[in-house]
Amino acid sequence: MVDALAPWARRNVWTLGLVGLLVVFLALTKMIQPNYGAPGIQGLAISILPIAFAAVAQAIVVISGGIDLSVGSMMALASVTSAVLMQNQGDAFGVAVVVGVLLLGLTAGAINGGLIVATKVPDIVVTLAMSFVWAGTALLILNTPGGGAAPWLMAVISGPLGNPWLPKALIVLAVIVAVVWLPLRRSTLGLTLYAVGSSPLAAFRSGVAVGPTKIIAYALTGFFSALGGLALTASGGVGAPVPGSYTLQSVAAIVLGGVSLAGGRGGVLGPIIAVIVLALVRTDLTFLGVDPNLSTAIQGAILIGVVMFGSLVAMRKVRA
Amino acid sequence: MHVIDGASDLLLNATDVAKHYGAVIALRSASLAVRPGEVHALMGANGAGKSTLVKILTGGVRPDGGTILVRGKPFAAHSPAEARRGGIVSVYQEPALIPDLDIRSNLRLTQSPVEATRHWLAELGLPDLDLTDLIRDLPLASLRIIDLARALAIEPDVLMLDEITAALPANLTEHVLEVIGRQKGTDRSVIFISHRLIEIAAVCDRATVLREGRTVGVVDVTAGSENRIVALMLGDMVRDLPARVADAATSSGRPADAVPRISARNLSFGTKLADVSFDLYPGEVLGVVALEGQGQDELFDIASGSERPGGGELLVDGAAVSFRHPADAIRAGLVYVPADRAEALLMQRSVRENIALPFTTRFGAWGPIDVRGERRKVDKAIETLQIDTRAAAEVRRLSGGNQQKVTIARWVAGGVRTMLCFDPTRGIDIGTKQQIYQLLRDLAAAGAAVLLYTSELKEIQLACDRAIVIFGGRIVAEIDVADADEATLLRAAYDLRPEELMPEEVASAAVESAAVESAAVESAAVESADPGVGGPA
Repeated sequence: MVDALAPWARRNVWTLGLVGLLVVFLALTKMIQPNYGAPGIQGLAISILPIAFAAVAQAIVVISGGIDLSVGSMMALASVTSAVLMQNQGDAFGVAVVVGVLLLGLTAGAINGGLIVATKVPDIVVTLAMSFVWAGTALLILNTPGGGAAPWLMAVISGPLGNPWLPKALIVLAVIVAVVWLPLRRSTLGLTLYAVGSSPLAAFRSGVAVGPTKIIAYALTGFFSALGGLALTASGGVGAPVPGSYTLQSVAAIVLGGVSLAGGRGGVLGPIIAVIVLALVRTDLTFLGVDPNLSTAIQGAILIGVVMFGSLVAMRKVRA
Repeated sequence: MHVIDGASDLLLNATDVAKHYGAVIALRSASLAVRPGEVHALMGANGAGKSTLVKILTGGVRPDGGTILVRGKPFAAHSPAEARRGGIVSVYQEPALIPDLDIRSNLRLTQSPVEATRHWLAELGLPDLDLTDLIRDLPLASLRIIDLARALAIEPDVLMLDEITAALPANLTEHVLEVIGRQKGTDRSVIFISHRLIEIAAVCDRATVLREGRTVGVVDVTAGSENRIVALMLGDMVRDLPARVADAATSSGRPADAVPRISARNLSFGTKLADVSFDLYPGEVLGVVALEGQGQDELFDIASGSERPGGGELLVDGAAVSFRHPADAIRAGLVYVPADRAEALLMQRSVRENIALPFTTRFGAWGPIDVRGERRKVDKAIETLQIDTRAAAEVRRLSGGNQQKVTIARWVAGGVRTMLCFDPTRGIDIGTKQQIYQLLRDLAAAGAAVLLYTSELKEIQLACDRAIVIFGGRIVAEIDVADADEATLLRAAYDLRPEELMPEEVASAAVESAAVESAAVESAAVESADPGVGGPA
């Protein structure tokens, strides 16, 4: 068992390091705020859910060698669509809305990917342009926060499950990622995502259909963005047409989470832990009474510091 | 030995394949007929159309004409995946392996049988490879072996190997040639592409030779057939041999106490360069002749300061130098003109800025630019090189020839002491070529030293004083310009001894022993056993 884990550990040093960092920040939080406990953890889990899905979405597309600057806008579109349709409707219809919104995300992502593959315009340009399209569409549907969430949807992520230390939001995140990502990661499709991101030429010569793979990667990113949008609706109870800087936060999270912006390297666990770490930093700084603007700057400094430290360690390893 | 009659018995039958890119004809009428169970060499000099034919057979390029049949069925592939379904699997010079996946995942990606691959890995001399190793962490030689083992495990009708033994150490080369030889007599075949005639002789049954986009001959590979292959590759090259641009400075005219501008002493670089030594004197144009990928790129990278040598040293004006950065080389007077002009030019900027760049980037010169002095130098360089300045606002809008002149002009403007030119006339028109030869001669006449690698052999006699020939990372010949006709250079580039100096028994002995021993070990043995035969002068 230990032997089997050793290679996994060697390859996931970064993720393990992040777990260490998470433990440190949890301890720090407890020190700063001795009565931080189960309710705090539950609140944290709910507040990170949208950005965690955004980070997973961004991780998938970056692993396959692209980037998606429309993640935040797709979340907004999913959030307002679900909120408008679900308002004052029954549970069964709510389920249909959830399925429909996920399909909407999948389609929006596939449109992003299709445009990139068909036009050969750089991914940054296409997704930046499409971010305006999705954001504008979201505002057309709902120009101020409004609508409503199905009660069951809100119940799914609020409160604990059994043990008060086990927030439902975290379980929902774990289950969805496990059900969607793990089988994908182990499938040939998952391999092709990594292959296309790692070396498009070698992938092409290995018989991978590079274009379709990229479109699928963007579609998956749309799918997880839609999950993020649903999480926004569920956690706030209303649709959020202008949800905030989720796109850039998702990029920050994947960088901190060990995904290489050059593609081909990383996973989704690292970015999720990175999201939690970044949220804890914010919580701690709030507890310490630091000016919120300064705390944003400190988050940025921590991001650069950790990534720089990681590169230095990697460089030393190469030299040794 | 049974007689094969008619095309129906052929495993691969490509006839009259043609391909042109705009006005440029890459393939006129190439034919390639491969029988089942044979190892078939595909040969051709630079620009013969070999790589285009390979791209067509691997699905990278669609032909404009001709027919291709595999086992009698029409073959048309738009991607390597389709080529594989059509029965042709290739092993490329750059391994088609995903760096961030482990070996097992790479096998799964191509749906290759793991056990069969493991078997071939053992046969090829890598029995202990851990399939969970990341490709990124493995040496290039292992990657080539993995790529080959994977291709063998797929058991394709036709296995195409492009320079499979390049960069392999001798023991692995031996295993590879032995395994390829074993494909004979099965119902599958191998297309073997190599610059190493000794390997062709060791494993191939027949060779198809391309020249100028046509198949000019199919040769049964037997003892002594190398000379026939080279003769076919050369064709009727003696026609249209132009006169020298200028008289060469002969080595006898050099003062005895002349200090070389550059001296390379036992330079080595990984598996690419070994023990390279030569001198380049002021007032001389020294040609470098080599087939593709024989280490010339690395030699120029070292001399221009982009790479540091693994061993040996470089002396400039008699003093040892160690370049950490191209700027160090430029300060030592070694300036570099690359073949790919995009490497040298700021494509969106003007001719003027591009020429002025080297003297505005001098260290410490961060203040205002001396506009008047700069303009004078730039104008002079533009005039010297006769650069067409009608589209001078953006270099990318200039013709290839004019772009190349700009890359040279930027060094000429500041005064050249040593110029390193890597295939400077690649893809430019004949008139500009002539101007560049003349310019190189003028620079030499003014006391500069020029190192010129060229893929066009006839340029050696047009522009150089003498030539060194690199093969497999070593200098295998030094040829005076008077003797450096294309035939001699091509023979030397293939590491063949000059015809008249190659007695029949040496040639046949070489072939026989190559069949049992490693080619690399063997060729070294022939050299040491017969030092008088055409070795480096």
